[in-house]
Amino acid sequence: MLNVLGTPVVEADRVTVAIAGRPVLRGVDVTIREGEFVALLGANGSGKSTLVRALTGLRPLTSGRVRLFGTPLHDFREHARIGFVPQRATAAGGVPASVREVVASGRLTRRTPLRPASRADRRAVQDALELVGLADRAHEGVSTLSGGQQQRVLIARALAGDPELFFLDEPTAGVDLPNQQALAGALRTLSERGATVVLVAHELGPMEPLVDRAVVMRDGRVAYDGAPLSLDAVHGHHHPFETTHDHAPHVGSPLDRLEGGR
Amino acid sequence: MSLLDLLALDFMQRAMLAALLTGLAAPAIGTFLVQRRLALLGDGIGHVAVTGVALGLLTGTSPTWTAVVVAILGAVAIEVIREQGHTNGDVALALLFYGGLAGGVLVTGLAGQGAASLQAYLFGSVTSISGADVWFTLGLAVVVLAVTLGLLPQLFAVASDPDFAQVAGVRVRAYNLLVAVLAAVTVTVAMRTVGLLLVSALMVVPVAASQQLARSFRATIVGAMAVGGGAAVAGLLISAALSLLPSRPTVAPGPAIVLLALAMFAATWPLGVWLRHRRRVLAPFAAEEPVRHEPADIHPHQHGDDCGHPAVQHGDHVDYVHDGHRHAPHGEHYDEH
Repeated sequence: MLNVLGTPVVEADRVTVAIAGRPVLRGVDVTIREGEFVALLGANGSGKSTLVRALTGLRPLTSGRVRLFGTPLHDFREHARIGFVPQRATAAGGVPASVREVVASGRLTRRTPLRPASRADRRAVQDALELVGLADRAHEGVSTLSGGQQQRVLIARALAGDPELFFLDEPTAGVDLPNQQALAGALRTLSERGATVVLVAHELGPMEPLVDRAVVMRDGRVAYDGAPLSLDAVHGHHHPFETTHDHAPHVGSPLDRLEGGR
Repeated sequence: MSLLDLLALDFMQRAMLAALLTGLAAPAIGTFLVQRRLALLGDGIGHVAVTGVALGLLTGTSPTWTAVVVAILGAVAIEVIREQGHTNGDVALALLFYGGLAGGVLVTGLAGQGAASLQAYLFGSVTSISGADVWFTLGLAVVVLAVTLGLLPQLFAVASDPDFAQVAGVRVRAYNLLVAVLAAVTVTVAMRTVGLLLVSALMVVPVAASQQLARSFRATIVGAMAVGGGAAVAGLLISAALSLLPSRPTVAPGPAIVLLALAMFAATWPLGVWLRHRRRVLAPFAAEEPVRHEPADIHPHQHGDDCGHPAVQHGDHVDYVHDGHRHAPHGEHYDEH
């Protein structure tokens, strides 16, 4: 829901990030309120992933301020309230790991080191697996799953900590349509439970109906912030977009299109 | 003297205990290095530790202690260089490899000792393990095992996805440094049994063997410890047994231990290949209806449980995979699915 009066969950105030001396984000102001489902859209290099990394504390700010749940990012310690799905092609590493093990590491935000997992921890992991529809694959090696299933594992990992605020960095990149639909189903459930979702995407696909606010980035600045534009409003005519799976930023960054593309 | 007589000797028993602990600790920490694709980190630390041993020989202090200190400094340096990203991880490793080895040989020369005194540290030497060394090895190995197994969930999260771990509030840098320091400690622990030049093998080869069969991280680390412990003890026995041959050869335990671990990898690898192949062949087909009803050509062969063709789940029935076709029983004939 578009929640104009809700409690601010993420506040970015003139956020500027420079990577190796080059400004990548310039004066970004965004406030995301409780329960909103926000899509961060934009072309490659527009700064949308960098913005998410800045909001989660992975990228130091050059200037500006970020507050999460009202607390300055620097002092923010309630990690369990945040679920993060980083941009990754695979959930597998150099050593085999089972689906359940990967998902269980999402529970670390609520666990004390050197203590065994409690019953609540195990139940949360099981619930997360069920929500993404992978409970029957829990004991299999992550590397044996398809790319789309691995993305679902990464989402289940973020879910396992029972967070209120989700950051998802391109979870649908290179994922086939059935898996995108499974992802969208899981995100719908989350959103209905009242979670705040910040989703970075090139193309929304099956997630489109869930989005109630689009923030379009272009060249490190916010180019558009408001209700998602319908395809017709952007293009003026109908595009059969279910069949397009390339990474050209048509739905992803409508304003780029309006102004002549990349 | 028979092998049994040899086993009754104090130094042999000490060596066996040291080897077992080394064989357990090295793969435990090695699993995290392999997960982070830093399999050669142990080797880099081992080379740096050569300089530490040489400094001990030069100054007359215990080479074990100087090796621990220098190895930890080297490991932290590698980790810092890697994290800062100024140099590629592998180039940073290479710089320390060659600096450590050259420095070690140079300083040993300065100490007025030949290559022979380094030899015991480079390839291991059972007979050089004193009672104090065993206590030292025991203590450090227990620390390494307790920390790696106790903090397994945190270390796993950091090794498999540092960005995620960071956002989840896990102190990624601290844990990475911890792994580097533990690896350095393990290298010095293993120095007396397998030797500095082969220590990395004991960290990596058991993991490689174990992950052929394991599907989970926990199973990999436990399996690797079993392979490592087994190879270390058995390798030590082999080298001891060989020294009883009439020609009195001196076989260092390090090579025997490493070759044994490699043999275990060679044994599990084909099994792993076969298991992975089987899993792939038998993975269920997408439960979608066939495009059209298409009976197979004349088909004298009767498919069944033991017909030799893989039976793969397809929706509510099985397809028999047959020379690139998928044959599903349909009444009296087979359909192409």
